Amino acid sequence: MSQNLVEIKDVTFSRGERVIYQDMRFSVPKGKITAIMGPSGIGKTTMLRLIGGQLKPDSGDIEFDGQSIPKMPRSRLYEARKRMSMLFQSGALFTDMSVFDNVAFPLREHTKLNEELIRIVVLMKLEAVGLRGAKDLMPAELSGGMARRAALARSIALDPELIMYDEPFAGQDPISMGVLVKLIKSLNQALDITSVVVTHDVAEVLSIADHVVILADKGVIGEGSPEQMKQHESPLVQQFLKGMSDGPVPFHFEAEPYQQELLRAAT
Amino acid sequence: MMLTMMQRVGRSTLDRLSSVGRALFILIGALFSLPNFKKGTPLLIKQLYMVGFLSLIIIVVSGLFIGMVLALQGYTVLVGYGAEDSLGPLVALSLLRELGPVVTALLFAGRAGSALTAEIGLMKATEQLTSLEMMAIDPLKRVIAPRFWAGLISMPLLAMIFSAVAILGAHLVGVEWLGVDAGSFWSIMQAQVSFEKDVLNGLIKSLVFAFIVTWIALYKGYDCIPTSEGISKATTQTVVQSSLAVLGFDFILTAIMFGN
Amino acid sequence: MNSRKIEILVGFFVSFGVVALLVLALKVANAGISGNGETYSLYAKFDNIGSLKVRSPIKVGGVVVGRVESIQLDPNDYTPVVHMKISTDYSNFSETTSVNILTSGILGEQYLGLNPGVLAGMESDIEDELNEIFEQDEIKLLKDGDFIHDTKSALVLEELIGQFLFNQGSE
Repeated sequence: MSQNLVEIKDVTFSRGERVIYQDMRFSVPKGKITAIMGPSGIGKTTMLRLIGGQLKPDSGDIEFDGQSIPKMPRSRLYEARKRMSMLFQSGALFTDMSVFDNVAFPLREHTKLNEELIRIVVLMKLEAVGLRGAKDLMPAELSGGMARRAALARSIALDPELIMYDEPFAGQDPISMGVLVKLIKSLNQALDITSVVVTHDVAEVLSIADHVVILADKGVIGEGSPEQMKQHESPLVQQFLKGMSDGPVPFHFEAEPYQQELLRAAT
Repeated sequence: MMLTMMQRVGRSTLDRLSSVGRALFILIGALFSLPNFKKGTPLLIKQLYMVGFLSLIIIVVSGLFIGMVLALQGYTVLVGYGAEDSLGPLVALSLLRELGPVVTALLFAGRAGSALTAEIGLMKATEQLTSLEMMAIDPLKRVIAPRFWAGLISMPLLAMIFSAVAILGAHLVGVEWLGVDAGSFWSIMQAQVSFEKDVLNGLIKSLVFAFIVTWIALYKGYDCIPTSEGISKATTQTVVQSSLAVLGFDFILTAIMFGN
Repeated sequence: MNSRKIEILVGFFVSFGVVALLVLALKVANAGISGNGETYSLYAKFDNIGSLKVRSPIKVGGVVVGRVESIQLDPNDYTPVVHMKISTDYSNFSETTSVNILTSGILGEQYLGLNPGVLAGMESDIEDELNEIFEQDEIKLLKDGDFIHDTKSALVLEELIGQFLFNQGSE
């Protein structure tokens, strides 16, 4: 058990009347990169919010380092959140602060370090993502990829044990995508951070992931190493990994038969 | 048919109630999660700048013009009765009791309230609020509370500035231009205006309006649908709803304060 | 924008607001009556108070010395009793003081005019003379809660006109 940092146990979650997960279970091994993949609209981001304790499951349990997240009182949850961090799709940099202040923000809020030490830590973190030269820029002056890297520097400022990446590759050009892939890998190795990457960029994430979880149909349809996944017998997994347009996930949105609809208009 | 209608009524009631609940939640969060002094003060000062100082120009300019117009209109009526000496109290009383607090609140809703809603809505849309929460920082404490207190402090000050500038404007038109005697302008004003009854009641009014406008603005921003359409809708709602609420509460407060 | 500049501008804003409040309090409103703000009460009965109101000024020779605190009907004889609050700066009115209800201008507000009469404490011959006439030792000062007996009611325009017409008719 101890080698799993996060355990999802039989989680059921629904939004309104719509069931998003039904008895979902998987685990995130400690110190590894776990990729969570699945077609869009399946609620991958929701999964991260459940782990972060922003949403509560209808039933089931989510354990972070052996402690149940949904059962935590607010103050304990805040303590737990200091040990995890999340990289948002947009970066979510604070637009009214410079890059330096953004990275310094969690340090100023949660530590009692003096300004000189904070400066050193911030410069180290910025160096790690290659943005030391951009420390005085405002978020609006950064490109999308740079904003994401700055946000990454901010999320590792407090040396968390778990980083959750929400679609880190979405909308990036191949170069920034390559940079981000390398960063996720090197942060994972150098700092021994457990990483959860939510994405549907199959090729990129398979090159760095140690553990793959594929979601579809309100649950997990495949879990294992990238090699195991490539040999997985489920046609749904294969369709997803190979990116085929038609298969168990149909190309067509549910509709009445084509001919019938066309002819009805004529009659 | 009947049942569907009942369901619709029921649902809209429940929606109303839950939105009132969320608004109260934000209010309580803002009121009782006072950030600690050392970290909170710079945040409050920044918001006082955004909410208060930046509203200063519109308040001063409109105050000046409203005072001038009041003097001009009042003079043309009063001079017919030979009572132009009463211009001072006419202007001062209508400003301190009504126009100062109300017009300031309406301008504040348009200038600062809409900006607050849009800013918080945008922070929500760009996941800055969620990001704060994931950093174990309560957005109510960090984002909402300083803005709320800044609004509550700024508006009474702005209302006082508005009234003072408007009375100066009235002096400009009434005394300097139309030739009302300066001595009787000020002395009759002083004889008629009471500090407790007029100035303090005006101050209380603007405090109540500050509470309403800031609360609505923050709630609309915090609760908006985080899309560009949702934010623009929320901003409009802030201006419309807080203006209407201000006018409604103004009537109630006037009835209580000056009713008999 | 650096934080120092913001702090200065906010300081400017707040002090501007406070100055505005002070201007309103001191220049626009009367912060009570001039003087130390302590007052004492006098009462006066009138036959008719006209349109005298609570908070109407009380003047001596045009100078405001106090305000009307309340106006009530005496339950015994149904005449209006005016309760006046006078600043303690002007505390040596004698019992020869009379009080009139006057009007400022033809349409102006009504106010109480105090006529101090013989001032007490002045060692004058008139005082002694008067004391002799009224066969008393000395003129007393009006104290807190005293009644002023010499009063003159408000001039009511309708009554004046009525009297005038009546006199015309009888000629």
